[in-house]
Amino acid sequence: MRVALTPFRLNFRDNRTRGILYQCLCVAGVAAGGFYLFSNVSQNLARQSIATGFSYLWREAGFVISQSPIDYQPSDSYAKALLVGILNTIRVSILASVLATIVGTLVGIGRLSSNPLLARLMLLYVEALRNVPLLLLLFLCYAVIVTILPPVRDAFQLLPFVFLSNSGLAVPSLEWSSDHTIIAAALVAGLGLAFLHARHLRRRRIESGADQSARPLVGALAIVPPALVWLVLRPELNLSLPELGRFRLAGGAHLTPEFVALLVGLALSASANVAEIVRSGILSIRKGQREAAAALGLRPSHIMRLVVLPQALRVIIPPMTSAYLNVFKNSSLAIAIGYPDVVMVSNTTMNQTGQAIEPIALFMLVYLSLSIAISLFMNWYNARVALRER
Amino acid sequence: MKSTWVKRFVFALLAACAVLGATAASAQQTLETVKKRGKLVCGVSMNVAGFAYADNKGVMQGFDADVCRAVAAAVFGAPDKVDFVLTNINTRFQALQSGEIDILSRQTTMTFSREASLGLDFGPTVFYDGQGIMVPAKLGVASAKELNDAAICILPGTTTLQNLADFFRANNGKFESVVFENPDELRNTFFSGRCDALSSDRSDLASIRAVAKNPADYVILPDTISKEPLAPAVRQGDDNWRDIVSFTAYGIIAAEEKGITQANIDEMAKSEDPEIQRMLGVTGDLGPMLGLDNKWLYNAVKGVGNYGEMFERNLGEKTALGLTRGPNNQWTNGGLLYAAPFR
Repeated sequence: MRVALTPFRLNFRDNRTRGILYQCLCVAGVAAGGFYLFSNVSQNLARQSIATGFSYLWREAGFVISQSPIDYQPSDSYAKALLVGILNTIRVSILASVLATIVGTLVGIGRLSSNPLLARLMLLYVEALRNVPLLLLLFLCYAVIVTILPPVRDAFQLLPFVFLSNSGLAVPSLEWSSDHTIIAAALVAGLGLAFLHARHLRRRRIESGADQSARPLVGALAIVPPALVWLVLRPELNLSLPELGRFRLAGGAHLTPEFVALLVGLALSASANVAEIVRSGILSIRKGQREAAAALGLRPSHIMRLVVLPQALRVIIPPMTSAYLNVFKNSSLAIAIGYPDVVMVSNTTMNQTGQAIEPIALFMLVYLSLSIAISLFMNWYNARVALRER
Repeated sequence: MKSTWVKRFVFALLAACAVLGATAASAQQTLETVKKRGKLVCGVSMNVAGFAYADNKGVMQGFDADVCRAVAAAVFGAPDKVDFVLTNINTRFQALQSGEIDILSRQTTMTFSREASLGLDFGPTVFYDGQGIMVPAKLGVASAKELNDAAICILPGTTTLQNLADFFRANNGKFESVVFENPDELRNTFFSGRCDALSSDRSDLASIRAVAKNPADYVILPDTISKEPLAPAVRQGDDNWRDIVSFTAYGIIAAEEKGITQANIDEMAKSEDPEIQRMLGVTGDLGPMLGLDNKWLYNAVKGVGNYGEMFERNLGEKTALGLTRGPNNQWTNGGLLYAAPFR
């Protein structure tokens, strides 16, 4: 159908003209408001002789950040310190989201169990975690770790070279070199190839109906590339073992209590929400579907995995997006228990440079753009699993 | 209908602009604003024993609080005309810049970059401090240089953080920093043994040690790794207000030098010493030069006592902090306190 466009005439009695005019006024009003705020702020800052601008980003930060996924020294710039904060935020958010999804899905299914004890226990879990403010939960997790576990000199030795204390968990780690990175890359590439090949095989099987078993090839695709690279490079396998020095456990890999408390707190509180989302998704599938699947002779676990969950996913994904966004934004509470996330690094920067507006604007920008990225990804995934109407 | 909505929107926008415009406080007349309000608004620390803490009757006590009381007494003749605002370590400068408080009296170190780029003016140093390190006695550490690889609890965003990084860089050492924004959380984490050491200004360490279950379990190491001149700060651009704060502080210091105390001040007002006469407003017109009553300094000393009395009451050896005067003694006694002359 084509909409006939009437020629545009400047006539203020015409609704369409007025509509356009109002929209222009609206945009102009917002722009003027923004400009006013900006000029007011910069004028006032200049009048009080407070430094402005982003040049501080390239100055030496001069403070230590103890947990960093990349190499960071106090002599690096504020920009790099900020990057470390961003990476720390992303790391804890992703891990917490994954944990919350796994635990939440299990709890959500458990709530629908026909076993009354299990169902009630899960109900208790959900209600207890949903109704406690996250900040309290974080303080609780941190206090439990720091006060119940012994100081590092009396650390529990769980296994040889695995120590648990109120300074965290220390485990042996591989001394990583560039060779290892190459092997890891080869492993990822091999897994990717194997996955593509398996998908191709499945499609062929669905199209032709014949089972052309080629599983060994899939396995080989995953294993051969990293193994070949290994044989070529022959990397050294040196383990770094945690050993008690004068104060700390030196060597090995460490999980700090701040990180663990934040991860557990975020994951627990989000898992209660995820459980409710999963439960509502499952309940949205009509009983007839299960009964039909059962009539076909599927086992209960198969009914859940093959019939119910794929359909429930359509109901589950949109609210899950907001659950993940909440995990990401709530990770800013890290500052309360001393985990160096983007907010803590920004606050330190703010205090050392005395410039408040720029660091806050920067971390708002970080949260905004990463939140939008999460939303876009989840929308893409949602479109993929959406019911394809035929 | 649509047009009334638009009118409302435009109205709201204009109203918002008007409000924002009005918050741009004018810099030059702090004294006038304070007098009109009838109270001084003073930014202090949150719950630091000896410097600023609420006692069991809810009254703010401590050295920093008394500095504010002295200024209030100089302005109003009554030391209790102060409202205390608890300031966070991260928002303290913004509280001053935005005009929420008139004085920042919060164990704040005077530094070049703060003075140059924060829009602040610092008054005279009222407490000469230095950054120190406290460790549990059972660790058997004798010097900060032995702390390589230790975990150190610390507050964020202060000069402390950078000093410590500098100190370890200079000594080719490493440390794990455990950073807390909330001082209570910092204390509890340190007492729990999560960190091997705690670093802060020495006065602050004494104050933290004072609230430990058993203070003797902790020792403050002899190393002082930085200079921390703590001074009250005011907004830049109001010279008169800055003079009032500076000379109230100098006046309290000079009062000790001249032997004027809370108890004997009425006796001293009869003294023949011309400087004492000028200080206490018996002769001359020092007060009116600042826009204050001629009895301004009399009222300040009568209200809170001289520097020595303030120190002994809040921080001295008879208090839980048990600090000695050290550098915070009169220059005549080998200390660093040296007030400008009153003439």
